[in-house]
This record gives sequence, structure tokens and C-alpha cells, in this order.
Amino acid sequence: MQTKRMTFPGHWLPYALLAPQVIITLIFFIWPAGQAMYQSLLREDAFGLKTTFVGLENFARLFRDGAYLNSLSVTAVFAIGTTLLSMSVALLLASTVNRMIRSRSTYTTLLVWPYAIAPAIAGVLWWFIFHPSIGVIPYVLDMVGYDWNHRTSGADAMLLVVFAAAWKQISYNFLFFLAGLQSIPQSLIEAAAIDGASPFKRFWTIVFPLLTPTTFFLMVVNVVYAMFDTFGIIHATTEGGPSQATNTLVYKVYSDGFVGLNLGSSAAQSVILMAIVVALTIVQFRYIERRVNY
Amino acid sequence: MASITLEGLKKTYGGNVDAVKGIDLSIEDGEFVVLVGPSGCGKSTLLRMVAGLESITQGTLKIGDRVVNRLEPAERDIAMVFQNYALYPHMTVYNNLAYGLKNRKFNREQIEARVQTAARMLEITDFLQRKPRQLSGGQRQRVAMGRALVRDPAAFLLDEPLSNLDAKLRVQMRVEIKQLQRRLKTTSLYVTHDQLEAMTLGDRLVVLNGGQIEQVGTPMEIYARPASMFVAGFIGSPAMNMLPLDYLHVQGSGALLHDLPENTDTVGIRPDDMLLQAPDSPHFTVEATLVLFEAAGAESHLYVQLADSEQPTVIRTSGQPPVSEGDTLTLHIAREAIHPFNSASGKRTGG
Amino acid sequence: MVENRPWANVFAHLMLIGGVALVVFPVYIAIVASTQAPGDLLRGSLPMWPGSHGWENYKAMWSTGLSRAGAPPAGQMLWNSFVMAMAITVGKLSISLLSAFAIVYFRFRFRMFFFWLIFITLMLPVEVRIIPTYQVVADLSMLNSFAGLSIPLIASATATFLFRQFFMTVPEEMLEAARVDGAGPLKFFKDILMPLSITNIAALFVIMFIYGWNQYLWPLLITTDPDYYTIVMGIQRMTSEENPQWHLIMAAVVLAALPPVLVILFMQRLFVKGLTETEK
Repeated sequence: MQTKRMTFPGHWLPYALLAPQVIITLIFFIWPAGQAMYQSLLREDAFGLKTTFVGLENFARLFRDGAYLNSLSVTAVFAIGTTLLSMSVALLLASTVNRMIRSRSTYTTLLVWPYAIAPAIAGVLWWFIFHPSIGVIPYVLDMVGYDWNHRTSGADAMLLVVFAAAWKQISYNFLFFLAGLQSIPQSLIEAAAIDGASPFKRFWTIVFPLLTPTTFFLMVVNVVYAMFDTFGIIHATTEGGPSQATNTLVYKVYSDGFVGLNLGSSAAQSVILMAIVVALTIVQFRYIERRVNY
Repeated sequence: MASITLEGLKKTYGGNVDAVKGIDLSIEDGEFVVLVGPSGCGKSTLLRMVAGLESITQGTLKIGDRVVNRLEPAERDIAMVFQNYALYPHMTVYNNLAYGLKNRKFNREQIEARVQTAARMLEITDFLQRKPRQLSGGQRQRVAMGRALVRDPAAFLLDEPLSNLDAKLRVQMRVEIKQLQRRLKTTSLYVTHDQLEAMTLGDRLVVLNGGQIEQVGTPMEIYARPASMFVAGFIGSPAMNMLPLDYLHVQGSGALLHDLPENTDTVGIRPDDMLLQAPDSPHFTVEATLVLFEAAGAESHLYVQLADSEQPTVIRTSGQPPVSEGDTLTLHIAREAIHPFNSASGKRTGG
Repeated sequence: MVENRPWANVFAHLMLIGGVALVVFPVYIAIVASTQAPGDLLRGSLPMWPGSHGWENYKAMWSTGLSRAGAPPAGQMLWNSFVMAMAITVGKLSISLLSAFAIVYFRFRFRMFFFWLIFITLMLPVEVRIIPTYQVVADLSMLNSFAGLSIPLIASATATFLFRQFFMTVPEEMLEAARVDGAGPLKFFKDILMPLSITNIAALFVIMFIYGWNQYLWPLLITTDPDYYTIVMGIQRMTSEENPQWHLIMAAVVLAALPPVLVILFMQRLFVKGLTETEK
């Protein structure tokens, strides 16, 4: 890795400059992560009196545990649903805004602010408008004969958290799609128009392929977001229910560890999540490297 | 003010790449020395070693009587003008000039006086409160000069300071730099790849190639007696024409060539020394076909194909001779215009 | 655009207005709800227009809170959120600037080791190592304190990388000129590097502030004392009681969302810059 052509001489100064960051990292990141790995190999008895080393038993149990496997599939459905919904709405809006000249910045302003809203707050907002007895949307759905109740229906609950998570993420995806669209040379689109392609065809044959790097990047970011940043949405609304229907992996780490006090299992789940984050980060960096090489 | 002495100065990168391969040079107090050479010849590295921006692998560097090898740039009492000016973009022109003085704990009045003097000298008084981005290229160049000037250092080090200017400004600033240096009599070391800039500015030139000195001398010494084929090709534009000695034997009158120094196998002839009219002194004649005629106003360049030779050759004449492309020309080359070289060593023969 | 068909433009505007409506809808509902009288929400149909009880609802929320649900006044929670967000932001920016400076402008032993050490934190969101981190904070007696709320969230590989990237683009000659001008490392950092980084710092400030303000899981875990509740987690406490007072909760929701939304609206340029650059 490079430094500057010329650097400062200094024996202790660089270490002093790095010290705050390194100390915090060691205490609050590396040590707890190590602890999680260590604890994942232990089991406490029911009274928390005796701890025994059980090797990979905690992991083996997880993959035999129907609740954990359910949580994996819930997370997959949630992440894919959120990513698809949020990205497609964002792409539609971004490509439309990109047509505009005078009103572009106004629409952008009106569309970006939900980024500022905390996931937990987004959850409460959607929880409220979908509230079975006082919410606006169940009222409307009732008129068409659908009895919405996310307290009893797992599908309704999943839809609710997907809506809340996707809604909050639209602004992020919108900004990156808009930036991606603006970096496509206008001359390419004009050339396609001269070649006789209709606007619709131009989008699918020219614009969308050229957006692939942005799309791929956003897919990774959205999956990471749905997996790790949506704890607040789940916790503030469904709390994993009804009957585990929205119990995502991150929420399960919390509820097994803090509510169920099953530390060994919770730690093993943490370790699996860390492995997933590492894998996603590597994918993301691979992709960035490739993008740089274009 | 001070002299600068370089003794066996070497720079090696990564253990085996020699950028500067042992330079001995002494620059007198008040002298204007230009380091000139093609890119990659080590001229900038050498200047940066003097500045203290590159470490010295081997050798001794003295500014005045002090050995400064291990001193910080700020302790060497030098000032530097960078190719891209390196003005601090967030500071006003005034603060750009004052920054080095502030760091050296000058008091407010001294700073004010020095900045004002430098600004007057460079005619940038009106811009003192502006930021660098509000200035034109030429004005920025002046500020960069000013930043060196206010310090009143023992030596100025200038690293291609004019190469970011357009052609017209470059000539104007070249003249101003020369006048300024004459007036201040500050020892100056100037790096450029432009041979014309080197010729016009320097009291002495140091021609560098591949990390070594090819020749040191006044501009006219170097022009009149290039010490190597490299120098001959580098100084002077268009470049000197090189011909195998045998070619003159066959084509010209061999009688004039027996007194050339031993080992001569190549001769160099400047484009101005290939004449369309025969001179009075002893000379050769060669036949050539005019391939391309380039009129440049006061002078013309004639690209010719010598008879029975593949060597591309250029002639420079004043005005516009009455010739047209495709003509066969007879060229006259005076005996004293011939520069003798040995192609194996690349050196001038006969010392 | 290549063509200009009037009907296409109308359609596009309609679609965008629909999009904006979709984005605004939940917040509009919250504003409407927050202006109703206590009983109005329970009649089974939410009014479509703001009511006349906004002032008293917001006043009640701001200064009294929902003591029955164990939530302190929103004014105090907002202040806590602000202190936490500022501490996280300033902390992240300071330590990231310093470490990026060390990594770019010095050569020293174990430089790569430290670089990777910082890099790893990028991969460990607080959510995945929540219990051991909680234990560390508890062992250090940092529960129920602003230090506990902010310091564990301060280390930031993202900001360090961004500053490193930026420092690499600062022309080499800036450092060289400064050294010829007699500036040492700290002087160079203060006089040259910091002023040059000011736009980047501001852009990152916006992103980090929103990140800090919106923290949820962390304050939820380490604050049991209502004096340290932040607004975002406080709202969850209010919704989880038996008969939630939605008109007051929605007032709190609007109050919680307002500061970061205002930051984005007023600093949109910096926000966009910060967002797009932290993700590169």
C-alpha cells in the first residue's frame, strides 16, 4: 500500500496518532469478536453455574434446529423482498427523474429525505398505518374484502416489515441509480435513437446494461442493509412474530442472547453472521476492484 | 547567499535502481545553473536531493560551508518553486507568502514588509487578498516565485517552473526570472527539459542523461563544442544532423577529412551549417532532394533526402529560399562546421 | 432528452408525483395523527386532514412525555440523542483523521498491521457481536452513560478509508512546499491538511450525525435509566405498552425524525457527496 513520495520522519508520533482508533478497535471490536468466537464453543447449564467446552456442538445444534433454519429462510425472503422492492421502485423513479431538466433537483430533494429516518421509526410509522384496528390501509383493504392482521398472519407481518425496510431504502438506491444514469454518456442514447430504438427498447438494451455495475453494487449493499441494519424495524414492530414469521438472523441473536439467555447458541449465531458479513464484504471489494479496472 | 557543492551525489531506489549515479558539481555564489536533460535523466531527483525532499544515498552536499545531507528542507535555507506551484489553495496570496515566515517566527512587521516588497517586485500587490484559484496561470506562477522570494534564502531551487504556462507567457516569465536573478544575485538551480529555456537562462548548463553529467559549461560552449552525440542532439533545435564519416568520404572531397581526430566515425552538422550557397572557406558539397519545405516566417526548415542515404536530414536557412519540393539541391558544408564523434563511445573525438 | 413528447412528460410527472406521495405518505399520516385529540384515533377511521390538537400534543410530548410508559419528556430524549450523535460524529471524525494521517504521511513498522486491524472493524457491525460488546461495556461500568453510548461506536473504518483516499489525492507538492516552509507534521496537519479536507469532513459529518442519531439497538441495551434514553429508542418503549397513545407517539415520531431530515434537506449537497463517497 502506498504512502506519499515523501513522508515525515517520526518514531513515536505515528503510533500516537493511531492510538485512539486502535485502542477503541481492540477493546470494543476485536476483543468482543474474539469473545463471541470463544463463547460459541462453550455451553452453560440452565442455572449458569457450570460452563463446559463443547467444540462445534453449538453450530451443529443450530443446523438441526428448526427455528434457526426457519430464521435463515425468513432472512432470505426478507432480504430478497426488500432488495427487489426497494431497488425496482428506486430505478423507476431515478430513470424518470433523469428525464427531467428543470424539476430534477426538486424531485430529488423530495425523494431523498427518508434516508434520515431511523429504521425503528420507519417501523413504527408503517406499523401504525397498517394497524389492524386504527390503521389507514387495513381500513381500505377491508373494503375490498381483505382482512389484514399482521398480529396473526405471518405473511402480513412479513409484508409489513418488507414495506418499512424498502421504503426507507428507496432514497439511497435512488441516489445511486441517478448518479449511475447521469454517468451514461448522452451520445450513446442519441446514437441508439438514431438507430431507431424506441425509448423502452433504449432503456433495456443500452441504459440497463450500462447500469449493471451500479445495480450489482446496490444489490450487495441492500442485502447487507436488510440483514444487519433492520434490527430496529423488527424490534419496534413484530418482535419476530407472529410465531417466528419475521424472526431474522440478527433479531434471533439478540432474542436468544438477551431474552433467552442462551449465550453459547447466540455466540455461535454471531460467528455465523460475522462469516456472512466477511463474505459479503469480500464480494463487495472484489467488485470494487473490478470496477476500478474498467 | 551561498555556494552549493555536490560531491559524488548518488540516489538509489529500492536497493538497485540508480536514479542519480554520482554527480560532482560546484555552483558558485550568485550563479544561475540550469540542469537540463530529457525526462527520466535524474534532473528533478537531483534538485529534490539538494532541497532535502529526497534522501541522499551516497555523497556529500554542502550549502555554503555546511554539510546539509541530513538536514530538514526547512533547515537548509533554500526556497523552492514547484512545477505545479503547490500554492496552498485555502490561503490568500498574502498568507501563502507569509506562511514560511510565520513558521520561522518572524514578527508581524517583518512579515508585512517582506511580503509587500516581494509583491511589488513581482507586481502581485493587487492580488494579495485573493485565493490562488481566483488567479490566472501566470499570476499563480508569480505567487510561487514570491513565496520563494520573501524568504531571502541562500539559494533558489526551481523545478520546471514555467512548463505549465502557455508559450507566450513562458517567454515573458523567462525574461523576468532572468532579470530578477541578476538583480538579487541569489544562487539558483533551475531544472528544465526545454533546451531553449536552458540556453537563455543559465550562466552555466549541466546536461544530464541517465543519471550522469554529459557536459557542464556555458550555453555557448556547449552549443559550439558539444561533448557527446547526446548533447549535440539535445541542445539546439532542430537537432544536429549526424552522418557516417564514410558518407562524406564518398560524397564529398576526402582531402579535407584527413586532419579529423583519430577514431572519428561520425560527424555532426548543425542544420544552419548546411548551406545552399558555397562559403569562402574550404567545404564539402553533397547532393540532396527536397522532401518537405516548412516556412516559419523569419526562417525556413528544409527536410531533405541525401543522395544514397537513408538518414533524415534537416536544414535551416534564414528567410525563404527560392526552392520547391522535389528539387535537387547542392548543399555546402564548411570544414570548420563539422563536429567529430565516435559512435561507439558517443563522445566527441579529439578532446 | 432525445425526444420531447408532451404526453410522455405528463406521464413522467404523474409517476414522480405518485412516487413522492408514496414516500411522504407514512409521514403525512404521522403528522395527521399527531394533531388529533386522544379519542379521535380510536373511532376506527383515521381522519385524512390534520386536526386542531397539534399544539397541545406536541407540548405534552415535549415537556411531560409518557411517564406511564416509562418514557421521559421528548425534549430531554432529543437532547440525549443530540449529545450522543454529536459525540459519535466528532469522535469518529477525529480518530479517523488522525489515523488516516498516520497511515498516509508516515512510514513505520506495523503500518500494514494497523491498517488491517482498522479494516476488520468494517466487517463487524455492532449487531453481530452484541452480547460480548455489552459485557465489555458493563465490565467497564459504562452502562447508563454518554461515554458508553458513544465511545464503542466511534471506531470507523469507513471514515478512515475515506480520509486516506482523500489524502492520497492531495498533491505531493503540498507536503513538500510546507516542509520547505518549515512546517512539522502537526503544523502541516493543522494548517494545510485539515483546511483542505474541510468539505470532506463536512460531508462525512452529515452522514455520521444521521448514523449516530438513528442508533437504536445500542442505546436500547446499555440504557436502563430513563435519564439516558434517546428519542429513537424511547419511542419503542411507548409503543410496547398496553394501550399506546398513538397521537402522542406520532408527535414523538415527528420530533425524532425532524432533526436528521432537516440536516439532509439543508445540506443536501454535502449529504449526497458523503453518501456516495463513503460507499466507494
